Amino acid sequence: MMKSLKMSIAAMLMLAISFTNAQEKEKMKMDHSKMDHGKMMHKKSDAKTEAILKDYFSLKNALVADETKKAALAGTKLVASFKAFDAGSYSKEQQEELADIIEDATEHAEHIAKSELGHQREHFKTLSKDVTDLVAITGTKNTLYEQFCPMYEGGSTWLSTSNEVKNPYYGSKMATCGKVQKEINN
Amino acid sequence: MKVVKKIALVLLIVFVGIQFIPTSRNQSDVVPATDFMMVNKVPKPITNKLQTSCYDCHSNNTQYPWYNKIQPVAWLLEDHIKEGKAELNFNEWDDLSNRRKNSKLKSIISQIEDDEMPLSSYTLIHRDAIFSDTEKQEIIKWMTQLKDSL
Repeated sequence: MMKSLKMSIAAMLMLAISFTNAQEKEKMKMDHSKMDHGKMMHKKSDAKTEAILKDYFSLKNALVADETKKAALAGTKLVASFKAFDAGSYSKEQQEELADIIEDATEHAEHIAKSELGHQREHFKTLSKDVTDLVAITGTKNTLYEQFCPMYEGGSTWLSTSNEVKNPYYGSKMATCGKVQKEINN
Repeated sequence: MKVVKKIALVLLIVFVGIQFIPTSRNQSDVVPATDFMMVNKVPKPITNKLQTSCYDCHSNNTQYPWYNKIQPVAWLLEDHIKEGKAELNFNEWDDLSNRRKNSKLKSIISQIEDDEMPLSSYTLIHRDAIFSDTEKQEIIKWMTQLKDSL
């Protein structure tokens, strides 16, 4: 009886040890990959960037549909998402650039939240540049398409999750004007 | 009649009373090295126009009108100036990154184009701040060039 109790305690101990061991190994593996591909890891896992992109795309879709109110709402959400962005894990140089981008983009999002359609589109042009530059640093888990309309204000770009062109600068007036200029895969 | 007199008296006391509440004044003798005119080669007519039409609310130095010390006018001015400087301060132009300069120039151009700036409440008294059509075209052209050269 005593012996079997000892045995089962021993077995439990062994189990516990191997379990923590496995966890440790897992941790080490993570650390290792962080060291090797720190940037890659980052690129795949920035939830704050994904939140910004989600709001950016609902803004873009509202502009495609000529819906001022929805665009304004998306603008308000974007302001909050930009505020929530945390550049803490990036290099000092990247942090400076990210802060610059966020400051600029926030201003445009604020204006989009309180403007009429024409002005919303003007601000969307610069905002798109800001978000594109942001993604170039942070990366994103989805494939994005940078699209280009040669007619709007001497040529303007925007981002889309699809390679099908739906123009946010002209909406229903010229829905399919533009082309895919670049595929973003990071 | 008695009541009316009383109300008038109270209003008078309030009006006199608020005159003693201090307001901060937006005045400075120094033009910093970051000023828009210092870092850009601005043609004389445009310099003058910017000074007259924009610098009162978009710089660290306001040319106050005669009524500026009478409350509640002084509060209203203080508020406008604070808001204007937060949006754009020509004195601190060169502190901005190229990205921010580009955005500010776009806003300047679009607001002048659409007659949103200078504010109508400002041009009501400052008649010389109004942009004529020629002045508008000139400044928009020049600002666009500056934006494209960034």
